[in-house]
Amino acid sequence: MCETCGCNITPGNEHLVRGDGKHSKTTDGRAAVEVLTGLLDENDHQALHNREHFDRHNLLALNLMSSPGAGKTSLLEATIEALQGELRIAVIEGDLETENDAERIRAKGVPAIQIATGSACHLDAHMVHDALHQLDLADIDILFIENVGNLVCPASFDLGQHRNVTLLSVPEGDDKPAKYPVMFRAADLVLLSKADLLPVLDDFDPARAERYLRHLASSVPFEQVAIRGEQKALSPWLDWLRAEVAAQGRRRAAGKTARPSVQPDGARLHTHQHASTYSTSTVETVEAGG
Amino acid sequence: MHELSICMSLLDQVERIAKEHRAERVERILLRIGPLSGVEAPLLMNAYPLAAAGTIAEHAQLDIEPASVRVHCVDCGAESPATPNRLLCASCSSYHTKLISGDEMLLASLEMSLPEDASEPL
Ligand SMILES: Nc1nc2c(ncn2[C@@H]2O[C@H](COP(=O)(O)OP(=O)(O)OP(=O)(O)O)[C@@H](O)[C@H]2O)c(=O)[nH]1
Ligand SMILES: [Mg+2]
Ligand SMILES: [Zn+2]
Ligand SMILES: [Zn+2]
Ligand SMILES: [Zn+2]
Ligand SMILES: [Zn+2]
Repeated sequence: MCETCGCNITPGNEHLVRGDGKHSKTTDGRAAVEVLTGLLDENDHQALHNREHFDRHNLLALNLMSSPGAGKTSLLEATIEALQGELRIAVIEGDLETENDAERIRAKGVPAIQIATGSACHLDAHMVHDALHQLDLADIDILFIENVGNLVCPASFDLGQHRNVTLLSVPEGDDKPAKYPVMFRAADLVLLSKADLLPVLDDFDPARAERYLRHLASSVPFEQVAIRGEQKALSPWLDWLRAEVAAQGRRRAAGKTARPSVQPDGARLHTHQHASTYSTSTVETVEAGG
Repeated sequence: MHELSICMSLLDQVERIAKEHRAERVERILLRIGPLSGVEAPLLMNAYPLAAAGTIAEHAQLDIEPASVRVHCVDCGAESPATPNRLLCASCSSYHTKLISGDEMLLASLEMSLPEDASEPL
């Protein structure tokens, strides 16, 4: 089991409902309490603890999100091959059903834990916590968390990751950032995957996709990747990974951690409220890209 | 359907707060939800009765206050309204903006009936 942080079960709202808690009466005599906690307070709390696990082991945790089939597992397979002997990798796989993706990763000689979410269309911090305790985090530089293929709700659940990576594959069309703003706004890196298909699907305009992304006030890097064809391209992605691993190492040396540059509202609140009862790490919210 | 899991999480918090106040019933729950939170208010409304059945908040009125999307421009300093997929500054068109509101997903307040002798919390 996991050690607890010493805060009680109401870390977020305790000081608001007690002490000088804004407790008043409505005209018809009911007690009215101003709360102001995130709806996903429990999740956000667990996510905070997951991040502490990751930081304790000095590893970089990345949350990979995309629509189903955009190429997340394929990218991981190619990445494992490319970084063999350089960086140690482990993977947590989230899917509604099957062990397939974890088996694909294990076939590359890397530890992988499969989470079968059943009916849940996203991973949450509790599921990730259960999975991370099945891994030996001491021997890992990068932990990839491949989220359930879904462009909607995974963005709302903080898992404790340091960075979000969102894939947009060429066959999906270049307007996806405009149609799924919540997801694309949350990304610290957007990868245009299956870029080898650009010559075939020539109505996909990478410049237009990037413009839609910028409309979300995002200045994060937008890079192409392909694991197939002549134009096999991985280097901007691998360089980003190396830079992030190095940055995480520097943060740990300075006793700091990082969170994705855009976080679900509740996650942001939780840090503030939690800081008073428990803090091993100062949070550094880095402006990505630039 | 993550709206149901969000409702469950909401009810955990509501029950906890109600218990701390030794409330008999929760009468009203006010949420504040912005379009960039990823939560759909109508879906949440639909999921609520299912999740609340049998809890202290079973008969509570659930009100959702929408939050509007507003940005602050880093380049020119203007504050302006925006839309979920166009978070640009309305006065200079820059995309170097910070969201001021629009991604809220908050439990804002609760109204509860307390027993006569317990109108003050612990
Ligand atoms: N042409 C081309 N096809 C690709 C590329 N990357 C992945 N694919 C194909 O896309 C399909 C789906 O790839 P996966 O890696 O399983 O996608 P995923 O995002 O992990 O899918 P889910 O986990 O089910 O959401 C497979 O048939 C891959 O071979 C690429 O760079 N180019
Ligand atoms: Mg996969
Ligand atoms: Zn633990
Ligand atoms: Zn805690
Ligand atoms: Zn979901
Ligand atoms: Zn401006």
